[in-house]
Amino acid sequence: MTAVSTPVPITSVPEATRRAKRRGAALGVLAWFVGIVFVLPVLWMLLTSFHSEADAATNPPSLAAPLTLDGYKDFFGVGGGASPWPALLNSVGTSLFSTCFVLLLALPAAFALSIRPVRKWTDVMFFFLSTKMLPVVAGLLPVFLFARDINFLDNVWLLVILYTSMNLPIAVWMMQSFLADIPVSIIEAAQMDGARLPTILWRVVAPIAGPGIAATSLICFIFSWNEMLFAQVLTGVVAQTAPAFLTTFVTSQGLFLAKVCAASMVISLPVLAAGFAAQDKLVQGLSLGAVK
Amino acid sequence: MSNPTTAVPVSGQRPPSATPTSAGRPKATRNRAREWATRAPLLPALIFLIVVTQLPFVATLVISLFDWNSFRPDRRAFAGLENYKTVLSDESLRESIVTTVLLTASVVIVSVVLGLLLALLLDRKFRGRGLVRTMLIAPFLLVPVASALLWKHALYNPEYGLFNGVLNWLGGPQPEWLTDTPLIAVEASLIWQWTPFMMLILLAGLQSKPLDMVEAARLDGAGSWQIFRFLTLPHLRRYLELGTLLGSIYIVQNFDAVFTMTRGGLDTANLPYTIYETFYNAHEYGLASAAGVVVVIGTIIIATFALRVVSSLFREEASRA
Repeated sequence: MTAVSTPVPITSVPEATRRAKRRGAALGVLAWFVGIVFVLPVLWMLLTSFHSEADAATNPPSLAAPLTLDGYKDFFGVGGGASPWPALLNSVGTSLFSTCFVLLLALPAAFALSIRPVRKWTDVMFFFLSTKMLPVVAGLLPVFLFARDINFLDNVWLLVILYTSMNLPIAVWMMQSFLADIPVSIIEAAQMDGARLPTILWRVVAPIAGPGIAATSLICFIFSWNEMLFAQVLTGVVAQTAPAFLTTFVTSQGLFLAKVCAASMVISLPVLAAGFAAQDKLVQGLSLGAVK
Repeated sequence: MSNPTTAVPVSGQRPPSATPTSAGRPKATRNRAREWATRAPLLPALIFLIVVTQLPFVATLVISLFDWNSFRPDRRAFAGLENYKTVLSDESLRESIVTTVLLTASVVIVSVVLGLLLALLLDRKFRGRGLVRTMLIAPFLLVPVASALLWKHALYNPEYGLFNGVLNWLGGPQPEWLTDTPLIAVEASLIWQWTPFMMLILLAGLQSKPLDMVEAARLDGAGSWQIFRFLTLPHLRRYLELGTLLGSIYIVQNFDAVFTMTRGGLDTANLPYTIYETFYNAHEYGLASAAGVVVVIGTIIIATFALRVVSSLFREEASRA
């Protein structure tokens, strides 16, 4: 863990370097300590999810209690109780479909804002961003009333539409920055060689912007997956998503700590996996492509 | 995807003889057509966003001028600015404004400061740096509701939560975290969630710092503190601003933590939660809309500042246009 372990003969190292090295090692230990402090609640949740309900709810906590899959079995309704599958499938469905729609709308828009920029393209970019600064709660009531009047409440497609609008500005911003990375000269060269637009898009633009588009999709998926306010207000039984499901079974059946922890783990797993895999892209996306 | 292929002419070098009518057209018309062709790929996204986000807000503005409780639909009437007066004078609504400001400001400030310290720690080389970074971002990747449940039940619970469990080991007191210090408890969980986000942005900033300048300063005899104060901090300024503003925009809107942990009880109801309550449970549509407009005004104040910062961030890019 410490950097001192390198076998350098001490006599050959000047005093100042040695002190700097020792300080560096101490800071390394500190970083490890803080990292562990931050990850500890997550690990605690993971551990509790593998405990029996009796062992989960003890004080002082039982670290060495036997591990069991009961929490997960309970969550998936093995021993009776509501099945989480409809909610999980709704979450997968709304997140996937809204991500697809976002790409469908954002790609042409980003193209018009970067590769062949329209006049005053920065103004358009700011308009997109400004919609993101409109708190969703301020438009929720009219959406609710409208959906109720046309009998569209508790419908997954309503969430798909809203999640698409929620993620579209972020996607346009990210993709604009990814497409702007493509040197114009390459596109012009391809044009000179007689390539038509579909060919250019597929052979030149896609390979360069591909990873960026993948990152954008990932972030849109995560945001849709995490969303709760819309899901809470606009869905009931049929269209309920995983986060909304998670809150209901805590309050309606009393508290089962191991089951809650298991459920939280299951629901967070896709995001945790995706996020760990694409750490750099995640920052870049969350800061709207501004940090590279 | 098919949009640009049909709408944008690749080169526009169609022989004029093929379209005799257009050949005679004045140049301005053709230019305008060209311009619309460039704009076309933009339109679906723009129209969709205006319909789905801007129109509801206009509706909110209109509703906010009405006295409208859905339990008494017959008494719906134009009320002018009455709802706004109520929002700003009603004790509980005014408190939720204060709570929103407190919650947002404290979470943003603490997570930015902690994030900066962590970013500085992680900017150094040490063994297992990648692993520590991965551990640090775990809180940010938890689904927000799951994280709120984790804090409420697995950590804060006075009877079997981890915090009191550890205190029990040490023989310390057994506080009721969520009832004794409700707002601080909610804030702590949000700080835990947002510090990694700030850390990531600032780390990206630190790693884009030109190293030769630091070397030069060090050769000139500058100490670590001086380098930090006069080189690192100015370089990080726009990253600090970006993190602050993005954090503010998201935390002002926070609903999940308040809804899950306290249900707005014990003075922790922020504006989003209060609006949710006002229209979803109290059915006061006019009042809820007015409160919604107040949130927007607050956000616009942050946003005006935000837009200025962001515009400076990609000013150099604008030269492409």
